[in-house]
Parts: sequence; C-alpha cells; structure tokens
Amino acid sequence: MRNQPPLSLHIPVPHARPGEKPDFSYLTFPEAGALRCPDWLTPEAEMRDLPYSLIRVLAKDGQAVGPWDPRLAPDILRRGLRAMMLTRIFDDRMFTAHHQGKTSFYMKSTGEEATAIAPSLALLPSDMCFPTYRMTGFLVARDYPLKNMVNQIFANAEDPMRGRQLPLLYSARDYGFYTLAGNVGSRFGHAVGWAMASAYKNDDKIAMAFVGDGTTAEGNFHEAMVFASVYHAPVILCVTNNQWAISSYQGIAGGEETTFAARGIGYALPGLRVDGNDFLAVYSATQWAAERARANHGATLIEFVTYRVAGHSTNDDPSRYRPSDEASAWPLGDPIERLKTHLITIGEWSEQQHEALARELHEQVRAAAKAGEALGTLGQNPPPKREMFEHVFKEPDWRNLEQRREAGIAS
Amino acid sequence: MSDSDISNMSEMSMIQAIHSALDVMLARDPNVLIFGEDVGYFGGVFRATDGLQAKYGPTRCFDTPLSEGGIVATAIGMGAYGLRPVVEIQFADYILPAYDQLVSEAARLRYRSGGEFWAPITVRAPYGGGIYGGQTHSASPEALFTHVAGLKTVIPATPYDAKGLLIAAIEDDDPVIFLEPKRIYNGPFDGRHDLPARPWAGHEGSEVPEGHYTVKLGQAAIRRPGRTVTVLAYGTMVHVSLRAVEECGIDAEVIDLRSLVPLDIETIISSVNKTGRCVIVHEATRYSGFGAELSALVQERCFYRLEAPITRVTGWDTPYPHAFEWDYFPGPQRVAEGLRRVLES
Repeated sequence: MRNQPPLSLHIPVPHARPGEKPDFSYLTFPEAGALRCPDWLTPEAEMRDLPYSLIRVLAKDGQAVGPWDPRLAPDILRRGLRAMMLTRIFDDRMFTAHHQGKTSFYMKSTGEEATAIAPSLALLPSDMCFPTYRMTGFLVARDYPLKNMVNQIFANAEDPMRGRQLPLLYSARDYGFYTLAGNVGSRFGHAVGWAMASAYKNDDKIAMAFVGDGTTAEGNFHEAMVFASVYHAPVILCVTNNQWAISSYQGIAGGEETTFAARGIGYALPGLRVDGNDFLAVYSATQWAAERARANHGATLIEFVTYRVAGHSTNDDPSRYRPSDEASAWPLGDPIERLKTHLITIGEWSEQQHEALARELHEQVRAAAKAGEALGTLGQNPPPKREMFEHVFKEPDWRNLEQRREAGIAS
Repeated sequence: MSDSDISNMSEMSMIQAIHSALDVMLARDPNVLIFGEDVGYFGGVFRATDGLQAKYGPTRCFDTPLSEGGIVATAIGMGAYGLRPVVEIQFADYILPAYDQLVSEAARLRYRSGGEFWAPITVRAPYGGGIYGGQTHSASPEALFTHVAGLKTVIPATPYDAKGLLIAAIEDDDPVIFLEPKRIYNGPFDGRHDLPARPWAGHEGSEVPEGHYTVKLGQAAIRRPGRTVTVLAYGTMVHVSLRAVEECGIDAEVIDLRSLVPLDIETIISSVNKTGRCVIVHEATRYSGFGAELSALVQERCFYRLEAPITRVTGWDTPYPHAFEWDYFPGPQRVAEGLRRVLES
C-alpha cells in the first residue's frame, strides 16, 4: 500500500455561480503603463514575461500612459468610439428585432467591441481578417453598409449571402473580412495559409485571425499555431478571452492552468496579453504584431482579455450559469466608457458631443432597420429560390439543375 | 480531352504520369505549389514528387508537419488568396483529421460566401487495397466525399487518365479529392495475385503525352463495349472487372467512371438501357457505399429496361483485415459470380 491518498478527479468550477457574489480576484494585472514594450525584433525567448502580464494604456484617470501608448491622432480615436457606439446600438436593435420575430437568431458583442474595432482600424485595407461571429464591429469600423447586414439578418431579397447564411455570418471580401461559419476555429488555419500565400507571392499583406477562449481547445487552433510557427507566416493569431464559451467559463478551456497568450511559448510565438477593453492597448498590440509580421519576422499570438456582457446568443440565458451582476463587477470596465473618458480628458470630446453622436447613431440604425423591414423580414421576401442551387460548384452540375427543376424553380 | 501538347508520347506508369502532371503544372503556373508529409526533399513515400523540390525550389514543393487538418486548412487559405495548392495526404486512411476542413470549409466556401471566396485546391491521396496494408493503408473512403455537396471526387484507372485528370483537377476552380489507386501505381493489377505482377509497359493506357493535356472531369470511359451487361467500376476495379469479363467470356460493357463527382450519368444510362443488366464493383464497404448511389440512379432511370436486379460486388462491411487480403479484396472471381448472378436471373 502506498502511503498516499487515492487519486481524485479535478473538475474546474467558476469562482461564482448564480446567487453568489461575482469574484474576479483571480485576475491580477499591472497598472496601465507598467509593462515594458520590447522592440519587435527581440527574440521570442526574451519576451516570455509578456504573456503572463497585461498590456494596458488607459489609466484610471483617463490618461494614456506608458510605452505601449500608440499616440493615435484624436480623429482615429473618435472613429473608434463612433464604431463601438454604433455596433452596440446596432446589436441592441437587432437583438430586439429577434424578439419581434424579424430574424431567426442574433449574437451581441457588447463589452468586447474594442477587440474587433481597434484591429479593424490598425490593419491595412489589403490585409485579411478571419473573424469570429462576435466581430460585427470590424465591419462597422470600415463603414460596411449597415443595410447589407440588416438584409442578411432579415434574409430578404437583398441579402448579400443570398439566403444561405445565418445572421452575423458575414462575408465581405472587399472589406478584408473572410467568410464566417458557425463552427469555431476551422478558419484559424486558413489565415495561416492566406498569410503564407502572401509571403509565397512576395506581397506585403498580412492576415489576422480570431478565436474565442473556448476554441483554443480545438485541434484547429494548435494546427494553425504549428504551421504559423514553422513557416514564419505573416499572421496575427488572436484569442478573444471573453471569459465564457456559452455556459463554460474559461477554466474549462484550461485558462486557469496558464494564460491563453502563454500557449504561444511552446510554438516560439511571441505572446501578448492585452487589456481587451482598452482601445489603445488593443490598437497598439495589433500594430506591434502587424509591423513584426510585415517585416517578415512571423506570427504573434495575442490574447485579448475582455468580458462577454451579453448572453451567448438569443437562445441563451446567462443568469442560469453566472451571477446576473457579474458584468458590472468586471474589473477592466467598459471599452466605450473608457475611450470616451480618455477623449474628454485630453480635451477632444465632451458629454454634449457624445450625446449628439448617440442620437445620430440611433437614427442611422433606425433608418437601416426600417429600410430592411421595408424590403422584408424573415420569411416575407426571401431571395429568389434558385439561389439555393447556385454556387455549390462554380458551374452547377446536372444534379443541381435536375433538382432545381424538381423543386419547381424555373431556370 | 483537350490536347494542347500531345506530340511527344512516353510510356509511363501511373505514378510516373502523376509525377509528370505535377511537373507540368509547376512549370506552367506559378500559383501551383505542392506540400504534404515527406513530399519535399525526399519526394514522397510513393515518389510522386521525386525531384520536384530540387527542380522548382523549396517554396514550390515542401514538407509539412504531420497534420492532415493543418495541411488542408493551409491549402484552403492559400486557395482563397488565389493560389492553386496541390496537397498530398500520405494515405487516404489518414485523411480523416482533415475531414472537417473538407466538409465544413472547402466544400462550402463558395456557397456560404455568396461566391466571394472559393478554394481551388486538389487533395491527392493514395487509396485502396491489394498491398497487404491492413486497416490503415487500404481504405477506400470515396463515399465520404461523394456525399458532400461541393466536393468533386476523381479516381483514375490508367496512367493517361491519371495525368489528364490530375491536371484538370488542379485547373478546376472547385475543391477536388483525387484518389489514386495505389495498387495500380506500377502496373494494371487485375486481381490475379497468384500470377506474376505486370508492369504498365505495353498497356495502351501507359502511352502518355509528355506535355500538358486534360481529361475532362465528368466523362466516363467505356473500356470494353458489350451488349449483355453493364459493369460500373473505377480505379483498380476497372482492371479486375475486365479480367473477370475475359475469364467468363461474357459480352459485358465495362465502364470506367473516372470521376464520381461530377458523374457521367448519360453514359451510364445509355449503357444500361442497352444491356438491361448492371453490376457495380468497388473495393469500399458495401453499405452506403458509392455503389448504393449508382444502384439508385440506375434504378430510377432505367427501371423499365432492367431485366435483372442490380448487383453490387464490393469489399465486405468490415475494416480491411491484414491476414485476409484476398478474401476481402473483390477479385475477378467475385466479380464473375456477380456477372453470372445478373445474367442467370
């Protein structure tokens, strides 16, 4: 007999469940401005403190501080603020539209808008983003027409995806936004391949890909990391750690064993861990990794630490698995409020301007929604049924043509 | 067939013809590149890429991590960028880690993006039995791909077709699964394992143009015209079927499908309408195999011309067993029994 207790199986549990006090004491991070910013030429092995810390620029008093401050022109900051506000207002409107039966499904990105919008503004138009489904803000920041999104959400005759795709699963090649799908992680490797193709062609484009904390457990994530590492692909691989994968907290994905940014160490990819609710930090980290990739120094892994304020989707009720006041206890605050405070602090914004902008954006969203409703909401005025049989192949094969006739659809 | 350069003919084995197709396409199109496990410096475990890295440089033909999912994901991303990647999966048995990429991504990219993105990739994989490869080097997974809307599946049976179909696959703008019957890489094996192996030399299908040509996807070939029964086969089973027909002395029409998707339904229908009988032959397991689809198509379209039930001659519904290679492999004797069955009923 061994003089030891018997084995016991460890099952991670979150720090607070419904009815309990929210507890983020496990999250410890430095003050804004405290973390060093090494030159991106630094060997990965000499930057292994970064994935265990947190890149932060916006201080409590609203000032931008420290070596990661990207020193952006106020115009870019205002663009970012506008896009974050517009995304949140749009999300709320479309979420409500679901309750009104105008669409089948919706997912909000509330609280994590900065993680999509700062990269959208930091990348070049020719780069390609391989997004998650919670990145509407990336398109909003690039002035993708709201009506296109509304028409897809309502699956009406002007749906750019021709009635084949769920709401939010956009594709917008001209806006640097790769085609989405509901399965997670399976585009992470596409970003690496896309970036390798750019290097193969001696072009200067880079790719940026996103997964959530839960998806880091997928094989796709690790396959993409090893290819990115082996071939020094000009790609930025990102984990948006919003703490929750539907009802599974990030500990179920291994987030309590080490940080997601530290997953890069085994692949010798620099790992940046970033305050995802700090617009300036997200922009700065993206820019750092983009410059490194464009200079042919390969891939970077970035973890954006944020919080999913909304439920997973219109089919989810988060009060069943987490404290209902957990979002308000989130220690990294709200990205819109923090950027607004910063702009006011530096004298580039005011409460009056903010209120006026909010009114303007509400009107913009209302107009886009009304225009979409006029064209038709779910089931009222769908795209032509022949679209069902197009694009299976470049040219329809005899089955597509025969079945189209069988379905009673004229050619 | 389009024949842009067929002036110089060479006698090639199937593996040499596949090598030639890759060589021609690397020379012809800078957007073509090849990668996979062991395909670079070493030239592939079956030698399909022998010398291509030395000839075209390491970025045109290179080794990858042992990650079939990663290989295909990378290829899709490159395809979306505008390249035409040709990737090798070392054995078709090992393609399953890439199945999600093929089904959820490659097959649907064009459809779900409203035509904005597509992946013109070619996935080569040696498949099939007859080599004592056991469960993990003998599988015939074609039905896993033919079932998926958006994938093309191609299987050659001669060196000439292997090269022409492979070039057509590479030039195709849809994802193509190119399954290579490895038992006939080096000779037209007809299932008579008790006889000495024959090389491709002397077979009419081994006369291969040295330059660029294509065999159009979706056109079957009638390998032996006949009047009494139609045999539908592909890959190694074309040669097994021809042997069985010869040994039985039956006037069968043997059709080599060459491409399962797109399928040459016209050639199949007109043959069965003529013969009134149909035997379907494949190595893969029977239940839900591609033969089930062929049988349904023939029944739907030729029912009133059929004079006997359609018969399938296939691998058994078990994994491929190492010690029972020739009990599992549907050889000429089993094909002959199938032929007699439909002729006697």
